[in-house]
Amino acid sequence: MSMNRRQFIKIAGLSTLFGVAGKGAFEFLSPGVLDAAEHGHGAQVPEEPAEKAIRWGMTIDVEKCGEPGVVDKCIKACHSTHNIPDFGNSKNQVKWLWQDDYEHTFAGNENSYMDDHVKELPFLCLCNHCDEPPCVRVCPTKATFKRSDGIVAMDYHRCIGCRFCMAACPYGSRSFNWFDPRNALNEKEYNMEFPTRMRGVVEKCNFCVERLAKNQLPACVEAAPEALAFGNLADPDSNVRQILRKRSSMRRKLELGTKPSVFYLV
Amino acid sequence: MYDAWKILVGLAIFLGLFTFAFWMNAVNAGSVGKAAPVPEPKIDTPEINRMAKDERKCVEDKQFMRTTHMQLINDWRDEALRENNREYINEKGVKYVISLQNTCMKCHSNKKEFCDKCHDYAGVSPYCWDCHIVPPEEPKEEPKGNEL
Repeated sequence: MSMNRRQFIKIAGLSTLFGVAGKGAFEFLSPGVLDAAEHGHGAQVPEEPAEKAIRWGMTIDVEKCGEPGVVDKCIKACHSTHNIPDFGNSKNQVKWLWQDDYEHTFAGNENSYMDDHVKELPFLCLCNHCDEPPCVRVCPTKATFKRSDGIVAMDYHRCIGCRFCMAACPYGSRSFNWFDPRNALNEKEYNMEFPTRMRGVVEKCNFCVERLAKNQLPACVEAAPEALAFGNLADPDSNVRQILRKRSSMRRKLELGTKPSVFYLV
Repeated sequence: MYDAWKILVGLAIFLGLFTFAFWMNAVNAGSVGKAAPVPEPKIDTPEINRMAKDERKCVEDKQFMRTTHMQLINDWRDEALRENNREYINEKGVKYVISLQNTCMKCHSNKKEFCDKCHDYAGVSPYCWDCHIVPPEEPKEEPKGNEL
């Protein structure tokens, strides 16, 4: 087909006109439709129904923990539930639930002329399951992550043992497995329902997710219900919120903005 | 050809070393090219024996488990750990708790005779049991000889 210059310009002009007029007509007749089509499912995204919010948290009664045997039985319950090895030295210690003094638990908050009682009280320490967990931010493999219920969980399958999370955690709640934990565990005392870890991964308290899944309280809370309470911080009527309404509490290193969910009742 | 004798001896030694794997195999297996026997994983654990014959069913059907158990277990891991969903509903609508240690290994408590058999044959070494605890296998009583 041959075409001279005059015909070409006519066709080009008409096409331009149709194009412009076509879009104009769409805008005029049903505004917004074209934009929506261009942006996939544009403006009308149905909002997801808000689930019943859960935000697990814990309260620790400092005075009750001072009573003889309370701290020990919590730690023992935790360690036997989760197959935590005891290498007998602090360098290789694997910490899920452990005991420290006021000075180290609330470093930076120590008052001058502190009373002897508080100075010697044992404080239970564990992962704070922060709202803004720094360990999660630094993990290069997403092996540690925050669940929708606020628990900072570990996926040991993905952990490459880089220990960034240990550097990031301001509470010392994470421990590295320098050795095979099974070397320091008694085979006969295994909790057969829970795995051990392997050499080369970082581990920490998991707020007993495996027990929560079976509607059980965390092992430490079950061991010492008089001192520890566990519940939903998002529910204003929950046990922990009622306790926190009545008692004054402290959290560790608030100034860092990690928003811990473990409250120490004083 | 210069030094033909040296070259031929050298070639013979080279060929001998090059085919070493075949010679070793022949010595070990008794004949060249004999394939390792196809493994038959055992399912006669106490837990399975306790069930009635028609109740002896795995999470999914046998063929699916044989070919796809690794993917299923991978999915289970992510569901339980990351999605906090510890319930699995199979094709027939039966519910199972998602857990290697508490569901799989409860019935298949014979790791050596069940898991290892095929894994060894296929030359794979999954690291499941670096962390997950293998159920203790009850020591089988050795058949005693006649006592005087």
